[in-house]
Amino acid sequence: MDTRVNPKKPGLKERYAAMTRGLSWEPSYQPRDKVFPFDKYEGIRIHDWNAFADPFRLTVDAYWKYQGEKEKKLYAVIEAFAQNHGELGVTDARYINALKLFIQGVTPLEYYAHRGFAHLARQFGGDGLRLACLYQSADELRHQQTETHAMSVYNKYFHGMHESNHWFDNVWYLSVPKSFFEDAFSGGPFEFLTAVSFSFEYVLTNLLFVPFMSGAAHNGDMSTVTFGFSAQSDESRHMTLGIECIKFMLEQDPANVPIVQRWIDKWFWRGYRLLTLVAMMQDYMLPKRVMSWKEAWEMYAEANGGALFADLARYGIRLPKGWADACEGKHHISHQAWNTFYNYGAAAAFHTWVPETEEMKWLSQKYPDSFDKFYRPRLEHYAERAAQGKRFYNGTLPMLCTTCQIPMLFTEPGDPRWIAYRETQHDGDTYHFCSDHCREIFEHEPQKYVQSWLPVHQIYQGHCFSPDADPTQPGFDPLGEVLRFYKFNLDHDNMDFEGSEDQRNFREWGGGQDAKEGQL
Amino acid sequence: MSNVFIAFQANEESRPIVDAILADNPQATAVHSPGLVKIDCPQRLVIKRESIEEQIGRSFDLQQLHINLVTLSGNIDEDDDQLTLSWTH
Amino acid sequence: MTTIDLQQREIKPLRNTFDHVARLIGGDKPASRYQEATLGAQPTANFHYRPTWEPQYELFDASRSAIKLADWYVLRDPRQYYYATWTMARSRQQEAVETNYQFVDSRKLLGKLPDDVRAHACQVLMPLRHVAWAGNMNNCFIAAYGYGTALTAAATFHSMDHLGVAQYLTRLGLALDEPGVLEAGKNDWLSDPRWQVLRRHVEDMLVLKDPMEIFVAQNLALDGLLYPLIYGAFIDDHLATRGGTSIALLTGFMPEWHDESARWVDAVTKTAAAESPENKALITGWAKAWGNRAMAALTPVAEIALGSAGQAALAAVRADYNARCKKAGLEA
Repeated sequence: MDTRVNPKKPGLKERYAAMTRGLSWEPSYQPRDKVFPFDKYEGIRIHDWNAFADPFRLTVDAYWKYQGEKEKKLYAVIEAFAQNHGELGVTDARYINALKLFIQGVTPLEYYAHRGFAHLARQFGGDGLRLACLYQSADELRHQQTETHAMSVYNKYFHGMHESNHWFDNVWYLSVPKSFFEDAFSGGPFEFLTAVSFSFEYVLTNLLFVPFMSGAAHNGDMSTVTFGFSAQSDESRHMTLGIECIKFMLEQDPANVPIVQRWIDKWFWRGYRLLTLVAMMQDYMLPKRVMSWKEAWEMYAEANGGALFADLARYGIRLPKGWADACEGKHHISHQAWNTFYNYGAAAAFHTWVPETEEMKWLSQKYPDSFDKFYRPRLEHYAERAAQGKRFYNGTLPMLCTTCQIPMLFTEPGDPRWIAYRETQHDGDTYHFCSDHCREIFEHEPQKYVQSWLPVHQIYQGHCFSPDADPTQPGFDPLGEVLRFYKFNLDHDNMDFEGSEDQRNFREWGGGQDAKEGQL
Repeated sequence: MSNVFIAFQANEESRPIVDAILADNPQATAVHSPGLVKIDCPQRLVIKRESIEEQIGRSFDLQQLHINLVTLSGNIDEDDDQLTLSWTH
Repeated sequence: MTTIDLQQREIKPLRNTFDHVARLIGGDKPASRYQEATLGAQPTANFHYRPTWEPQYELFDASRSAIKLADWYVLRDPRQYYYATWTMARSRQQEAVETNYQFVDSRKLLGKLPDDVRAHACQVLMPLRHVAWAGNMNNCFIAAYGYGTALTAAATFHSMDHLGVAQYLTRLGLALDEPGVLEAGKNDWLSDPRWQVLRRHVEDMLVLKDPMEIFVAQNLALDGLLYPLIYGAFIDDHLATRGGTSIALLTGFMPEWHDESARWVDAVTKTAAAESPENKALITGWAKAWGNRAMAALTPVAEIALGSAGQAALAAVRADYNARCKKAGLEA
């Protein structure tokens, strides 16, 4: 019997190649086009799939090891948080409304990303890219599940979370994130990659992460902070996929460049519009404020993004078309959005309120060119009315932009006194948009966007009533019936924070950091 | 010239990693904020497995970085012995 | 003396769990982490755009399958895996594999294997890397296009697990011999006549479109026959008795994982079949047809593994498979 010398261990790169690329083969009993029907679907030309290199080269057993360790640590914190009534340790019960927005509007997007990346993990013809997508699919499921578990504690004690998934599918403002991700998922796999991995996970990611997570840190929400840090380590891999895949597509064939540019234009703009909700949260919903939306935009979009697109110029890629308008919007969108939600506070599944005096002072300082001139007077007017017992609720419904599905609240770039209205004709109907960019997205694929389930249109068409709603009955209240269809606990999920059960309970239970200091 | 950066959760596990990085990259600077340590470096930053092992007195697998990694920027090159972030092409 | 009066704050929760979970567990009761992570998670209504790549379906569409269920969340995983418990379980298993590799490496056990045992193991096991790769792809399909998180999350875990198997087999190959052994295995997979029936079988599964048919064909039929044949009859009963115990040690993850995940596969099969006579007939049909095809595909493989004893081993494995299907409520 020969005693062999143990063979020399191959290095990381060679092992990884054997563990991934080496596993697949060219099918011959079934045509390749049947096994991989999406390869040529979008006109993107790939000549050499092996040119995609996953820099991190994680094998599955390493993935299990490191992710398992992260989960152990994360759940220990979630458990401790639950046991110690951590939900009462936040600065102020108004903060919890930021978490309501998170579980209603962000957590379902993690789920969509999970399913979308599973689609890519099956369909891409290249093994390296398929596997990076598979890991991301698992990661996104992780995020959806850990967020659900972290929020579970809050759901037990506060309102505005208990029907988060029903709301996501039906309620007006949540069609903004829902349509965003469905637009990506219904497109081809390369578009999905450009939309999600590049535009969202690379270009815009810090604008979602930093506001929520630093907001959590500054407002005493340790559970969310811990989740945030833990999830961010997955995000490093996602960001890397984003930048690697864009370079891969651009390097494979010059014919890919205009296709990718159009996707970058579209998805930068749709992503930017989606972030309106985050901008509003950051400036209006954090009792202890960190940085303003304007500051975050300047740091993470203008500085970082500028360097990125300078780097991509060598491929013939330019800044996205909507870049200038997005930068102009940094002075305005948070204020305009909060105003809309204040108006429609009866139909939103979280509380709204007028900022306190000190908070308005902060807003003045952070927005020297816009707040005092355009937005403070309106908020002060609201405060006056509320003090007189006539808190203003808008009793009609807003017109929505057909593409981004946000109410028409945005103003003309350069002149915030005018709401921006754009329209186009298609097949005998008129469609309405908030901007040139949303209109252009529609005009490029009208057959897609005419399908949109616009919540306000659907309400007016009578599609948002419970089966037993009876309009012939005296005293039929259409808006009330819609809220019943939405499964709102009236006054508990919606309406002003002042006088809410959340506010009362938090006070009674001794919540808040100042309150805690006063106890033994 | 653009900076590359890498950020870790600030805890016992990442401390020797941060120390090793600062020792190997003279132009790197570390900024501490609650729960986070971010290291910036002009153009190029290299993380060496050997240097980390010197700090902790035990063997170390570079992929263990994933546990406390928060975010990074720059083009990545990794093998068994080092991870490099750079903006050079 | 100071009396310290510690007053416990009595804080009554407003509810136990999310409404979309409560509706599926019979009311607002305390819910497990598995239930909260899984039940009612998938969007179900008001999709904005049809997939441009399959406009005959909605983004999530139960009609992609011929199986009909009133509620797809009945397909619960008895293991109750959500991401955390799955990764932590696999992480422990991965540690055991590391320990076994260290044990084998430190004693240079692989170097001491008889040459014929080493070669035989490579001959049988290396082409199976590609079978596991296809198992990964098929479960990705279920994860992407299946309906309801109960099924699709578990399929995600299962697809990663298959990849883990493929990589463990690769690692074994690298440890057993020079890297050329992987290439040789791939060549056999591509052109050795004894592997072609199985390769055709696998490629035929890769073009199926019904997620539940793929589930039955891959997870029940093929794996249900392949794993007992290879890890039971070949490695445990044959190789291990000829000095190949170290190989059993280094592939221990596979039969352990197979048995654990079989509980999930059986639960899904049984529940889906029990819902209606139509489902039962469909699943029975798939289990029989894909089982028969898998038998034909594994016949030459059994011969490579066990020579003339291959047929009997395969027949025994088939008998167990039939019993398993019967236990899951499928027709004989």
